[in-house]
Amino acid sequence: MDLAYVWFLVVGFLFIGYFVLDGFDFGVGMSLPFLGKDNTDRRVLINTIGPVWDLNETWLIVAGASLFAAFPIWYGTLFSGFYLALLLILLALIARGVSFEYRHLGKGERWTNWFDWMIVIGSAVPALLWGVAFANIIQGVPIDETGNYTGNLFTLLNPYGLLGGLTTLMLFFLHGVIFVTLKTDGEMKERARSLAARSAILTILVAASFLAWTIWQHRAVEHIAVIIGLAGAAAVALVVAWVLTMARKEGWSFTAMALTIVFAVGTILAALFPNVMPSSTDPAFTLTIENASSTEYTLTVMSWIALFAMPLVIGYQGWTYWVFRKRITRSQIPTEVSH
Amino acid sequence: MLEWLDPLVLARWQFGLTTLYHFLFVPLTIGMALLVAILQTAWVNTGKLKYLHLTHLFGRIFLINFAMGVVTGIVQEFQFGMNWSDYSKFVGDVFGAPLAMEGLLAFFLEATFIGLWIFGWDKLSPKVHLMTIWMTWFSTALSAYFILAANAFMQNPVGFVINEERGRAELSDIVAVLTNPVVLASYPHTLFASIMFAAVVVVAVAAWHLARGQHTDEMRTALRFGGWVNVAAFGGVALTGDALSLIMVQTQPMKMAAAEALYTTTAGASFSLFSLGTPDGSAEIWSLRVPYLLSILSTHDPMGVVEGINDLQAQYELAYGPGDYMPIIWLAYWSFRWMIGLGALAALISVVGLWVTRKGRQPKSWQWKVAIWAAPLPMLASLVGWIFTEMARQPWIVFGLMLTEDGVSPNVTGLEVLISLVAFTAIYGALAVVNVKLIVKAAQTIPDGWDKTAVDTDDRDASKLQTVY
Repeated sequence: MDLAYVWFLVVGFLFIGYFVLDGFDFGVGMSLPFLGKDNTDRRVLINTIGPVWDLNETWLIVAGASLFAAFPIWYGTLFSGFYLALLLILLALIARGVSFEYRHLGKGERWTNWFDWMIVIGSAVPALLWGVAFANIIQGVPIDETGNYTGNLFTLLNPYGLLGGLTTLMLFFLHGVIFVTLKTDGEMKERARSLAARSAILTILVAASFLAWTIWQHRAVEHIAVIIGLAGAAAVALVVAWVLTMARKEGWSFTAMALTIVFAVGTILAALFPNVMPSSTDPAFTLTIENASSTEYTLTVMSWIALFAMPLVIGYQGWTYWVFRKRITRSQIPTEVSH
Repeated sequence: MLEWLDPLVLARWQFGLTTLYHFLFVPLTIGMALLVAILQTAWVNTGKLKYLHLTHLFGRIFLINFAMGVVTGIVQEFQFGMNWSDYSKFVGDVFGAPLAMEGLLAFFLEATFIGLWIFGWDKLSPKVHLMTIWMTWFSTALSAYFILAANAFMQNPVGFVINEERGRAELSDIVAVLTNPVVLASYPHTLFASIMFAAVVVVAVAAWHLARGQHTDEMRTALRFGGWVNVAAFGGVALTGDALSLIMVQTQPMKMAAAEALYTTTAGASFSLFSLGTPDGSAEIWSLRVPYLLSILSTHDPMGVVEGINDLQAQYELAYGPGDYMPIIWLAYWSFRWMIGLGALAALISVVGLWVTRKGRQPKSWQWKVAIWAAPLPMLASLVGWIFTEMARQPWIVFGLMLTEDGVSPNVTGLEVLISLVAFTAIYGALAVVNVKLIVKAAQTIPDGWDKTAVDTDDRDASKLQTVY
């Protein structure tokens, strides 16, 4: 079952890609009330992610489908178990996606404001709940002998789960605001830098507590050194991102922030290994990489597909970001929308 | 627990509702991407402005739909795990693979190139920009193949072995799964139906403007283009539909028997176009029948033998144990007829439309109205077609392998499914209203610049065009 371990990494990579990319979309969405003084400002903000948010969200679809194909038991238990949390995420993603399109199609400020709040909420809810979900996955949830989750939504809202949610919320917020410093210019850039510098302090405190708690929970596992290493790297990258923001190095600060998310999700994956969903009911019911995965044949087929597709995907997505690399300013926002 | 809080019933309603809703946007996206790509190719090759204008107009309609297709599509993928976890665990080793391929090979491509197409008008050279819309179409068509291959496995499971120890179906032959005879017929069938869907919308939009005497040069081109595409696509739909019914008779004979409500095995079976009375076979008051047609449809032989529902029920009881293996017969019977009837009507309207507009002729005003109101016909035909395909497979979720009632999540409560069903119904309902308004508005409003006689070079390099939101 060697390939199952490879696919644990592939699925992890896809979720990391999703959080790094849609993470800043969530952050930009959440920043509207803080950075958008008027409608033109808010349009500048939305247009920073305009050509890419849909592409970034696709990483979730692919991560989900790969989870289904490579770990059907994990997929079935997780999705049926975290039912209402995932429902809220779905509704939020729908609301966010259509609000980008709909906000400027009505007449009047009330219509636009309403959809702007839908973008804020539609970004904040998944940013929070993904953290809650992943914190609970590594902490362990009640799973019975048939491999089914026996808790409910409130089971997930425990202190560690909520701290995990707060951590992703803060990380994605900061990630998005730093993205704004990279993609805009002038007053907006200054406003975003100031907000990033201030919110980073709180983010560092929250993320450090979560990472420390995670290390403490896993102090007895064999590969604790790996967990500590990744958590430490995440913490260092976050502090570096903060320092670079204040030093006006937007590109490097954004890179450091992306690395923070890579290492933070890496910490979660390392803490999970070699399980995929520990059972808090009885360790015997724990879903592991071995007992939740697909057959070697299926994983072989999938590996060839992934080997073919992923270099292309990274290539053409990189090209897209290159095409849309320019900063966006108020002067580029037309008064009449031609859409 | 209350009867109506049965998670199975609610989960089935939710699946039907969300899937049909998703399928309002998917075929229009697939079909419209192709038509827009053809129009843009005509613009790049001929330099005639009318093609550019039509590309803009129909491109806008395409985009409104695309966003809806994406956000409702995520629900589809999550739903398998949320409501149908026992199904997902049982078939995931086989069924997951085409879904993951769809994501890795098609969805990324689609999402990337559509972004480049929308925002890239002034950033890419005309040739490269044209390539992005063709890539978008290619990826939508590719994704359709994988999802239909996954569906084909549910209709006619192939390429797997049952692992008794682990209690699941395991993939043994990916090529067999991807070349399932069902998908080889259902894929072109769906693709042609999608093209009809979009072509009829193009015709309707053009007719609306022509009826008002606006932009007659562009709109006549659009009308004739849409009309021809629709007629040609209907030919494809009919041929592939015929191929699909032959395969259906071999793989799921109960489905074909239910489509005609044929209870006893018959040679030289007739096909009823309409029937009055109870189509459960107990009392037929009146019916209009075409002799031998069912045998021809099922076997391509007028005297061919078509198996009846009662005989199949007896066979299945022997094979799978006691139980009711009949789908809802009246639903199968009528959905099959509505699918064919609505699709044929749409094609007929296009044929007449092409005739009355031949060589610059002007049709009467009521004829424009027919063309406009015909817009939903292929859409309705597609929806009832899916209702037929999925409902006439019942009681199976995977034919012969797993019953629908065994696939539902065992730990999800009726209340949870009810909450999500209500939430999706409410949000989808609201979005449907907004979306229809947006499409109608986009169809009736001519984009800026149609009055210009040449492409304004200032517009091309102006950074203003890069922002869309």
